Amino acid sequence: MGIASFLNLAVKAGTSLLFATLGEILSEKVGHLNLGVEGLMQIGAVIGFIVGFQTGHPLLAVLFAALAGSVGALIYALVTITFKANQVVTGLSLTIFGVGFANFFGSRYVGRNVPQEIVNFFKPVTIPGLGQIPFIGEVFFQQSFYVYLSYLCVILLALYLRKTRWGLNTRFIGENPVAAEAGGINVTLYKYVNILVSGCLCGLGGGFLSLVYMSVYPIDVVAGQGWIAVALVIFSIWSAPKAMAGAYFFGALRIVGTRLQHLHLPISVFAFTALPYIATIVVLILTAMNKRKENKAPAWLGINYFREDR
Amino acid sequence: MKFKQYGVAKRGETSVQLRVLVTLSAIVLALLTASIILLVAKSNPIGVYVGILQGCFGSLYRFSALLEKLVPLLILSLGIVVAFKMNFMNIGAEGQFLMGGVGATLIVRLLPGLPAPVLLPLMAVVAFAFGALWLIPPAFFKSKFETNETLFTLMMNYVATYFVMHLQYERWKDPAASGMPKIANFPENALLPQVQGFHLGIGIAILLVGVVYILMNRTKTGYEIAVLGASENTARYAGMNVHQTILKTAIISGGICGLVGMIQTAGPSGTLSAEITGGLGFTAIIVAWLADLKPVRAAVVSFLFAILIQGGSYIQTAFQIPGSAAAMIQAIILLYILGSEFFLRYRIIKSGKRVEVA
Repeated sequence: MGIASFLNLAVKAGTSLLFATLGEILSEKVGHLNLGVEGLMQIGAVIGFIVGFQTGHPLLAVLFAALAGSVGALIYALVTITFKANQVVTGLSLTIFGVGFANFFGSRYVGRNVPQEIVNFFKPVTIPGLGQIPFIGEVFFQQSFYVYLSYLCVILLALYLRKTRWGLNTRFIGENPVAAEAGGINVTLYKYVNILVSGCLCGLGGGFLSLVYMSVYPIDVVAGQGWIAVALVIFSIWSAPKAMAGAYFFGALRIVGTRLQHLHLPISVFAFTALPYIATIVVLILTAMNKRKENKAPAWLGINYFREDR
Repeated sequence: MKFKQYGVAKRGETSVQLRVLVTLSAIVLALLTASIILLVAKSNPIGVYVGILQGCFGSLYRFSALLEKLVPLLILSLGIVVAFKMNFMNIGAEGQFLMGGVGATLIVRLLPGLPAPVLLPLMAVVAFAFGALWLIPPAFFKSKFETNETLFTLMMNYVATYFVMHLQYERWKDPAASGMPKIANFPENALLPQVQGFHLGIGIAILLVGVVYILMNRTKTGYEIAVLGASENTARYAGMNVHQTILKTAIISGGICGLVGMIQTAGPSGTLSAEITGGLGFTAIIVAWLADLKPVRAAVVSFLFAILIQGGSYIQTAFQIPGSAAAMIQAIILLYILGSEFFLRYRIIKSGKRVEVA
């Protein structure tokens, strides 16, 4: 297999991670550590598949995967923003819920194929012009529409966070909600909107797995990818373009890991599977030691803001 | 348009009655919500709830199975209580549990011939040490560079999982298991004794409730942990060695979680595997939190959760209702209780005057 076709697969393997990582970045930027990503992906994957299976309509399936993710995120938002519950504990509960929900409703679809209309719709499409660029074209522009949607999300998220007033306010809230509110920003509204969109992205990540990446519905669709996404947010130091590189790197590791199993190398396969997490720990330590503020986690990450508490 | 203005204010101490009332309402609402979801899926909610209870109290055997589910959950939550009390978010109990299992298994493999009264305590000590060792790096970097311990301990879980998979599939794979990726079962002398079908684990769990209670409420260390958890600055002004207290707490918390690795491998599981935790390390965090970080309450909450876990596995085998139904119900109850705590911490006040809204 050529390098270009390997990287083409790595992009595909990293796409679900990329969606979920973008979602988690958005949530963390506004100060909410959501450990429910895995659950949100599961909900998106199962709802997307069921809608796709029943209607055979690809766009409807994707839409419902995204909606399901944001409904799940609404639960999280309600409990952590309005009812001020601990974010870590709420996120973990959401993951337990999402995994249970997906297993419960997905059990009767295990082993079913994605309908042919949907498979055809999400077949790799070569973008005229860009797809003909040697190497880069084959890696990035001979992919499914769903993958192109993820590129669009990266661009939009990067622009939103860096170039718009809304994005600036969002980051402001993550760094200091007290000052943000004093400055006239509606903290609660911003948090809700960001977290709902974040859930949407996680749902899209789950939908990609069940509708495009897998051709048959498996027992556990997401299988821990949501947790890798949480790691990836740190690995990419809260930046959307870096998340893209990181997602494809982790995607490549995933492919290498499964392929190595057949080669009987002296190094353990599991060393490869553990590598993303070890790398994340290293990044976590390095960013903490680094004095530069823009590389750090948002200052209020994981801490609920409540005006009356001051 | 005219709206009445509502506001919220902090409550002082809450009465027991209010606490019980709010929590019970949350559970009732959660069960109603779960019933709707079950009805949508064309399952009979009453049947599911009765089935869950039958699976726990229907026979002595099922009751002992319930206690078997309770033991790891309770001990893990005790370990977590210690760390959370210091405001140290140890969500790495899964990993510490697994590494404790590695420690216990290592001793069994190195010294299989020792008599049980020597072997079992030695396994417990090493499991404690391995669990502690797994929490020391996050604690060290937290106290030195303020790394985020939530994320650090989370990552350590996966490193532990893949390390155990490496042992299970490669290094310690049992050649006698005809190709099955499994570590050999422990010999008889490395298994916890049973009394009438009940493992010794339940005794250890009850003992630990007392130990952690005394540690947190009656010792200097417990006091230091609580002060540091409330305010790091206060702890510094009081002249405490913050760095040392963080490390000490990590050793206790990680060690207790590691001990579960020994109890499970030498108890119900009979050997080590990557699936041994079953996500309990995460559930235990929620238990600790709902118990308000109090050891005795953790026992009560763990018991209630163990009912859902044991009941879930029972309805799966007995009625072919997916066991995930129980996991879903569990999570719905959790989310409602988490939300309801707001009403214990704050009260809603009507500010008398009406405000004009254009």
